[in-house]
Amino acid sequence: MRRLRAPQFSMADHTAGRLPARPNIRISLWAVVAGVTAAFALLPIAAIAFIALADTGSLWGHVLAHVLPQAAWNTFVLLVGSGIIAMLVGTGAAWIVSAYDFRGRGVLEWALLLPLAVPAYIMAYAYLDILSPLGPVQGVVRWVLGYSSPREFRLPDIRSMWGAILVFGFVLYPYVYLTARAMFLAQTANVVEAARTLGVPRSGIFWRVALPMARPAIAVGVSLALMEVLNDVGASQFLGVRTMTAAVYTTWIVRTDLAGASQIAMGMLAMVLALVMLERWARRDQRFAANAQSSRSMPRQPLKGLPALIALALGAAPILIGFAGPALYLIVAAVKRLEFAGLSASLVRATVNTVSMSAMATLVILVLGFAVAYAARLHAGGWSATAMRVASLGYAVPGTVLAIGILVPVAAFDRTLSSQWQSLTGLPGGLLLLGSGAALVYAYAARFLAISAGGIDAGLSRIPPAFDHASRTLGQSSTGTLLRVHLPLSRPALTAAGLLVFVDCMKELPATLLLRPLNFESLATLLYGEAARGTYEDAALAALIIVAIGILPVILLAHTSRSVR
Amino acid sequence: MNSAKSMLVLDGVTRHFGDVAALQDVSLEVGEGLTVCLVGHSGCGKSTLLRSIAGIETLDHGSILIDGVPVSGHGVFVQPEHRHVGFMFQDYALFPHLSVRANIGFGLSGLARSERDLRVADIIERIGIGALADRYPHMLSGGEQQRVALARALAPRPRLLLMDEPFSNLDRGLRDKVRLETMSIVRDLGMTAVVVTHDPEEALAIGDMVALMKKGRLVEAGSGERMYDAPWTAYAASFFSRINTIPATSSAEGLQTPLGRFPAPALKEGVPKVLLRPQAISLAATGISARVIERSVLGELEELSLAVEGLTAPLIMRGTARHDVRPGDEVFLQVNARQVMVFPDDDAQD
Repeated sequence: MRRLRAPQFSMADHTAGRLPARPNIRISLWAVVAGVTAAFALLPIAAIAFIALADTGSLWGHVLAHVLPQAAWNTFVLLVGSGIIAMLVGTGAAWIVSAYDFRGRGVLEWALLLPLAVPAYIMAYAYLDILSPLGPVQGVVRWVLGYSSPREFRLPDIRSMWGAILVFGFVLYPYVYLTARAMFLAQTANVVEAARTLGVPRSGIFWRVALPMARPAIAVGVSLALMEVLNDVGASQFLGVRTMTAAVYTTWIVRTDLAGASQIAMGMLAMVLALVMLERWARRDQRFAANAQSSRSMPRQPLKGLPALIALALGAAPILIGFAGPALYLIVAAVKRLEFAGLSASLVRATVNTVSMSAMATLVILVLGFAVAYAARLHAGGWSATAMRVASLGYAVPGTVLAIGILVPVAAFDRTLSSQWQSLTGLPGGLLLLGSGAALVYAYAARFLAISAGGIDAGLSRIPPAFDHASRTLGQSSTGTLLRVHLPLSRPALTAAGLLVFVDCMKELPATLLLRPLNFESLATLLYGEAARGTYEDAALAALIIVAIGILPVILLAHTSRSVR
Repeated sequence: MNSAKSMLVLDGVTRHFGDVAALQDVSLEVGEGLTVCLVGHSGCGKSTLLRSIAGIETLDHGSILIDGVPVSGHGVFVQPEHRHVGFMFQDYALFPHLSVRANIGFGLSGLARSERDLRVADIIERIGIGALADRYPHMLSGGEQQRVALARALAPRPRLLLMDEPFSNLDRGLRDKVRLETMSIVRDLGMTAVVVTHDPEEALAIGDMVALMKKGRLVEAGSGERMYDAPWTAYAASFFSRINTIPATSSAEGLQTPLGRFPAPALKEGVPKVLLRPQAISLAATGISARVIERSVLGELEELSLAVEGLTAPLIMRGTARHDVRPGDEVFLQVNARQVMVFPDDDAQD
């Protein structure tokens, strides 16, 4: 039976004698972790600025007069040159696979991403040998032309600015390819058809419609590629181009002039800032184009016969130069080395080192990335969102710059701790953070947190807030909600972020070189050491391992960029 | 009558989002076992109020008591997970990675496994979704998802059930049936419930009590029948159906309008506002003369638009009777004087 009771309702004024509710301040553990992470991410940059500005002595004058102008000019030329190559190759390849249909197009579409698996320093390392006067390419050229000795004829030396520009251009074009192709795919049939009815011929579509629409996306890709150029320390050094990164490195290591190195690093940060602003500015325009994404995509023009062959050749060339050539060389060199000397203990050790250090760093980076992204979700619009942006700054900071910024505070900490320990116990103290590799994990975290936080944030943002509220009203705390709702639902994003971070840690060279514990060799530093010494021993094997593992995230990327469509 | 325990007490609840007052000094009491319907246009603050009760939103001022225990205000804030309220979301928010059974058991994690299984089985049987227990949310229709969401919210035996537009995602044909079933389950369990809706008819059909909100304020509350038949405010009168607003002047003999003279209630000074529901008007052999502008049949009801001398807007008349009239015909109107509603002029029409 239905219970009937008078509903109670009073419109009376209750204000009299009512206490105002205190605002409820409850500091969340997540927000604290996010804030601390952001502070640690900012510390290296602050440290560099501090050292650079604190020392205004005579050294700065020297740096300004003798080191910086040449290094800055070289870096500028390298950036412009490799930027143009990456832009032409990336945009061209993207247009070929987006606008035309021909045999092999499907394979090209994902294979064009493969150079992402080859770090620039491995590419440079491989081409140094491939294109050396005694190498296979020059040998074939001489045989064809009928010369018998390198003394009679040789191609221009790859160890030069143009060599470096080509190497960087062909290894980094996938950044442009990815963004440009996404844009070409998003361009709808309606737009193309509208242009045709307005009198633009089929051949004019690229210049009149596609390219202008894709310009922001191309700018984003180029700026990402150029950040990699600034980050590089191995390739430009192997190829003998004295960039600012190299200047930072030698000013510090060879001249042990920390202030000078920091000052050059500040100059690099200015360049990075310009690139970041370019990227942001370009993305701002991208929003307009995204509106058109819902309808039919542009139909591909089928090609047959010679045009199909030309398209295939043009599309395959970047893969041959940027991936297949170096990979084939590495396989041959690695097999030769294995037949000659077997698997050396130092290579096995370096592999174990690399995998264990990368795995540890990945774990740390995933946990921090999750904390930062989750705090931003819990406290939407608050300073946790700012904390996430700050914590992600490191992605743009070149590894060498980051390493200096970390080394200074970390070494100071280690020295203090060590002397405290010694005065307490009388035993000699060691370097806790540097010796254990903790400093290296710190550097990896500062540099790659953006990947993990960004990926996890994207994963979390697909979980509607109503799920949080449902879980909370069903009795779960925010941490219980994390474990029982967010973690299971964001597992794919977490896995993808973990893979990307792991491979990036594994390939990382500049910071590893500067912050590794004594006698610690990773695959990357092993390769660097051999290439710098000119001894070609286990390096090819090390490079092959890096490239092989580096293919994994490329497969993932190819898969996701395909399923977006 | 007043011996009934208050399950929910809102006292001067206030919440601002930036400069916008989402809730302003809302006070309301809900007796145990009753269903109250929060109704109003979108943006009136009804959902914010519901979320404040659940603890998903915090308050700037005022307090909330659930079952006599302060949960918000006066320096207290009980986290949502400790409030023992059930919440049904507009889009149900079923966890996609959990089966129906696991979704329903989600709020029972504090219990022993055997006890939990028993409770889940019990609610599944009561709501009649046994066939769905091992499916996943994406395999369910909208109506099925709605019932699972209800089961999930009820499984922990909450003190209070909060429902945010629980029927708005259902097709019109299904909605009435699901609403009847859902509300009878809620009533059978003796559950105190707060239901948010934007649909006036739904509010009248569901609630023991209807609370009408406007721009963050509670305008009026009471039984649906009382609010429809004898609203206290012009806003409430015009919210629940189409309404005719008749200009009037006050005189010693009563209110003078183009539709005749009506006795004036004791009003303070100012121009009174006369409101007339469309069904208070009927055609007659004699009376106020009018011209038919348009006739439309809305299924059960017939609606006439009528031009009357002295009225700027057409007069709307609705009834179940069919009239053989055409646009341009002259007719005579009769007004049921007892259904004429007079209010002091305010900003009710905005």
